[in-house]
Amino acid sequence: MAGKHVWQRRTTTRQLLIWFGWLLLVAIFVACWMYISNRTEWFFVYDAPRIAGDIFSRATPPRWSYIEKLWEPLWDTLNVATIGTALSLIFAIPVAFLAAKNTTPSVTFVRPIALFLIVSSRSINSLIWALLLVAIIGPGILAGTIAIALRSIGFCAKLLYEAIEEINTTQVEAISATGARQSQVISYGILPQIMPALAGITVFRWDINIRESTVLGLVGAGGIGLQLQSSLNILAWPQVALILLVIFIAVIVSEWISAMVRKAII
Amino acid sequence: MLRITNLSKRYKTGDDALKGVSLEVPDGQVLGLIGPSGAGKSTLIRCVNRLVEPTTGTIDLNGAQLQRLGSRKLRKARRRIGMIFQEYALVERLTVMENVLSGRLGYVGFWASWFRKFPQDDINEAFRLLERVGLDHMVNKRADELSGGQRQRVGIARALIQNPELLLVDEPTASLDPKTSRQIMRLICELCEERNLSAIVNIHDVALAQLFVQRIVGLQDGKIVFDGPPDSLDSAVLTQIYGEEDWEATTIDDTQTDKHSLELSGE
Repeated sequence: MAGKHVWQRRTTTRQLLIWFGWLLLVAIFVACWMYISNRTEWFFVYDAPRIAGDIFSRATPPRWSYIEKLWEPLWDTLNVATIGTALSLIFAIPVAFLAAKNTTPSVTFVRPIALFLIVSSRSINSLIWALLLVAIIGPGILAGTIAIALRSIGFCAKLLYEAIEEINTTQVEAISATGARQSQVISYGILPQIMPALAGITVFRWDINIRESTVLGLVGAGGIGLQLQSSLNILAWPQVALILLVIFIAVIVSEWISAMVRKAII
Repeated sequence: MLRITNLSKRYKTGDDALKGVSLEVPDGQVLGLIGPSGAGKSTLIRCVNRLVEPTTGTIDLNGAQLQRLGSRKLRKARRRIGMIFQEYALVERLTVMENVLSGRLGYVGFWASWFRKFPQDDINEAFRLLERVGLDHMVNKRADELSGGQRQRVGIARALIQNPELLLVDEPTASLDPKTSRQIMRLICELCEERNLSAIVNIHDVALAQLFVQRIVGLQDGKIVFDGPPDSLDSAVLTQIYGEEDWEATTIDDTQTDKHSLELSGE
């Protein structure tokens, strides 16, 4: 044994605990699987491939002529996403400054309020915001736009305040040391540092909002989802196929645009 | 004239960074502050413009009691104190010109600075200073495109456009190569002489300090342990400041050749 050093990454007890943890995870997974399986009508599931094939054959070819009726809702959808994103930024930027530890006026009072706003905006899906807003201000694209904006405030503010907290503080010190007022310290010392993050967050959220706004029509908040729902209701599968195709293309284009913008700015 | 009396700083962590420092810097004097890491050099100069709040003591700059000022008056006082940083502390995504002009922020309103509408006099002065530090061809370059030495020159121009009464310089050469270090130190000292400007220069490099400054103050564990002309630094003094070590190669003493030849070789 002389001169031979034994090295282990973990102690034996620790190793056993980790194995036990994995065992527990597998057991929970199997239990859940059984629970779901017992409550499923397998009769319908066995049938699924045939039904899916049936729907697919009814849906092809897409009804191309229906595109004429899709241009306007598609335009609405784009507007809901774009205006919603812009609207959310107007609120998200101040909220982010209030929430960031290094810029908030008060860590004990203001910061918790800002964080609460962020969490409440983020915890509610835009579809649910739209459902509420359709009830409050009636159906249409205004409800959709506000739903998108409300959901995006939390998302943008959270990512932005994290960016603010990560800035280089000596650059801020240098601006303060010249005798600049607080508003100038923000505009010269902080804003240039978070611009790439702000631009990235904006196009990222815009890209997500295009996808989200395509389904808002399902609850009556305007856009292409409205056409999707009415086509589904009358089982017009060729129309559904065309709408899904259009959404697919719109999302690809938006992703391409946001990738281009991010590349240009950063 | 800057007069610091009995200055102490205790951080929230309980560390005593400064323990009753008293120091007078007459107009036009360039003072080199040396000492080991953690001796309180940075804290001392940051207490002067109150980027760090001193715990006790007084700081008197040409009759103004800096430690007493409220936030509005402190801003006014800061306009007359230029600061140069170790890592340059330029706003990386702004241009050279914007960085230099940011030294005038204390004199222009928010919207004027937002739209970059600085007074013509400030712009003329910025061009003049950039020419003086040798960067007049880089006015519209972004700060992050410059080399270390060039960035520090922008930092110097930003401090000088404030038309300061005092310059606080925190390790100006710590991130630079030996030749650029000398050029930067020479530039700072020349500009101070041109403007009869006093400066406190924190510096690690003892030999570099000896070459350029008129007076050296040694700080050790928050207290001043040496104050004298550069050529009175010897092994005994350095041992007192930094601790036991073989100091023969570090200092420039009388047995070496005259300073001028060394100074020239840096060019």
